[in-house]
Amino acid sequence: MALELERVTKRFGDFTAVDQLSLKVEEGTMYGFLGANGAGKTTTFRMILGLLTPTEGNISWNGRTISYETSPLIGYLPEERGLYPKMKVLDQLIFLGQLRGMKKSAAKSAALHWLDRFEVPQNTNKKVEELSKGNQQKIQVIAALLHDPQLLILDEPFSGLDPVNVEMLKKAIVDFRNSGATILFSSHRMDHVEELCEQLSIIHHGKQLVSGKLRDVKRSFGKQNVRIRADFPLLELESIEGVTTAHHSLEGAVFQVEDERVAHTLLQATLQKGPIRQFEIEEPSLQDIFIAKVGEGHA
Amino acid sequence: MREFWIIFKQSFLTKAKTKSFFITTLIMVAGIFLFANLPSIIDKVGKMMGSEEDDRVLVVDESGVLFDRLLEQLQQNEQGISLELTEKTQDQLSEKVKSEEIEAFMELSFDAEQTIHASYTTGSLVEQSLPSALQDALQNIQTEVKADQLALSGEQVSELFAPIQFEKHNISETAKSEEELNQARVLVYVLMFVIYFAVIIYSSMIATEVATEKSSRVMEILISSVSPVKHMFAKVLGIGSLGIVQILVYAVSGFLAYTLSSAGEKNELSAFFSLENLEVSTLVYAVIFFLLGYFLYATLAALLGSLVSRTEDVQQMIMPMSLLIVAAFIIAATGLGNPELGYLKIASFIPFFAPLVMFLRVGMLDLPLWEPLLSIGIMVVTIFILGWFGAKVYRGGVLMYGPSRSLKDLKKAIQLGKE
Repeated sequence: MALELERVTKRFGDFTAVDQLSLKVEEGTMYGFLGANGAGKTTTFRMILGLLTPTEGNISWNGRTISYETSPLIGYLPEERGLYPKMKVLDQLIFLGQLRGMKKSAAKSAALHWLDRFEVPQNTNKKVEELSKGNQQKIQVIAALLHDPQLLILDEPFSGLDPVNVEMLKKAIVDFRNSGATILFSSHRMDHVEELCEQLSIIHHGKQLVSGKLRDVKRSFGKQNVRIRADFPLLELESIEGVTTAHHSLEGAVFQVEDERVAHTLLQATLQKGPIRQFEIEEPSLQDIFIAKVGEGHA
Repeated sequence: MREFWIIFKQSFLTKAKTKSFFITTLIMVAGIFLFANLPSIIDKVGKMMGSEEDDRVLVVDESGVLFDRLLEQLQQNEQGISLELTEKTQDQLSEKVKSEEIEAFMELSFDAEQTIHASYTTGSLVEQSLPSALQDALQNIQTEVKADQLALSGEQVSELFAPIQFEKHNISETAKSEEELNQARVLVYVLMFVIYFAVIIYSSMIATEVATEKSSRVMEILISSVSPVKHMFAKVLGIGSLGIVQILVYAVSGFLAYTLSSAGEKNELSAFFSLENLEVSTLVYAVIFFLLGYFLYATLAALLGSLVSRTEDVQQMIMPMSLLIVAAFIIAATGLGNPELGYLKIASFIPFFAPLVMFLRVGMLDLPLWEPLLSIGIMVVTIFILGWFGAKVYRGGVLMYGPSRSLKDLKKAIQLGKE
């Protein structure tokens, strides 16, 4: 069951946009897709949607290939906002809903419901070009989930939204997942992925650098962060074996270490110099993993 | 098919509901009514401006008899010219003309052979009708004078001037009679204009629509739920129906305007709109060639529109296509005078020229049926080829972003469409 990509490769001429990508999104879960600009995220989404055909490999959803027959079951939020600038919001939503197989009346009531939920009912009869970027984004999101799709593909859903609206949208997406939909989304924002996704993948230049469950990804990364706060400079500690990077601030420093053993060495070394106010071993954030992995890819 | 009609309806309705569309149509209709009533409006405005006053011409009559006869002659014709006899010298009169006190002055005399010699002096050379009215009147006087001299009776004079009977017969198989040709010319000319403008306007509308959908990225959503080919043809048909509706509105208002026209003046245009002597076959051909021409160019326009990513680049991209339509129109227009020119025959079988050129020929000549049929066939085949090719380009073109504004991108688009 669920969405499955098997060793999917996409080449444009000599350029390989996606290289041997495999992933599996279980039904009713959320999958995060991380990558820098140009990593191949949008190409992958377009292949899943059937807009592009993979050069190699297989994409299936519940065992079926995705085609125009399945399009009513899929919702898509493109990275660049795609709405008719001159069309009124409600007309537009009804039109897009109908294209995804909805009846006109059903599309209308669903559109009104979502406009209400996203707290923008006052925009119902405005033209899209009159709306702010954030409000346009909300309309875009509504267009993607209006027809109650089973598979929702969101390309950068949170860009352009203020924190309040990000929370509102997150909640809507989580509700959507809880009601049984499968969600695949991409982001540059690690914290969103960390918060929302059971599984994730980091891709870079078309290659899958990391994939799997969030916890496994963090564990297998191995490296940990050690936060130390002290009243004396901690610069010398960088030279201890096993410390990969260090970020100093006024109150102390954060060291990235290869494993817990190094963390203990670090603690002892610090204690020898004087009293410390705080010592903490943190799990690596997704951000650290991403930077480390993509950085490796660059090197 | 369901998605097809949804997109068809959407492209028709959203365009039809826009203010700009409504206003353009309204202005055109107003223009048609204005044009139909132009003669009576000019008349009324002229009266309001007080220009119904007669043109004043001072006459210096050296012969002593000509002035009276001229006056009589002009009264018969009821021309709005008032003549006044004067004794003033040429210099004085010239001053008056210069100071715009009078329109013109004329010196009349007989020469040795009793031929009228008139010298007309005016400040404005633009005015043509006044001197020519005077000249005609004097010519008539001259004829009378000479007839008197030669002692000819009135009958003899009219016999002398009896027009000859000159009839033209053309035994070329394709030719129509002179009278038919003149009638057909107006009809064909008007319809040619309609086809030309409709094709140029609506096909560029399509290209712009497609480019707008692409630049606003709504295209990605559209083609993820409906195939690009369906989308393209729904678009072409939607805008096409819009065009037909708009043209029908114009035609009906044209018809109404000319039947209601208060001037009641009969000219070729009013004859055309009042559907007198209307050749039904010409009208049928006009509809056929309009539709074919539209589909031909609209498919091409959709294809070109799919290649650009910004609406600003549309005009540049469809430039070659516009030139093609203009060329077709020019070729057809040269044939209005002589539709039997050799190159017209060739051009009427070239798909991109055929909608206008074949229409011209079929409207003005009695062609054997196979000729328009062959031309229509060629166009239909071309439309299918273009549609097939366009769909291939479109599939890739709509996904292609970047600074694409040349035809070189065709290859790239087809490549992408395959993938």
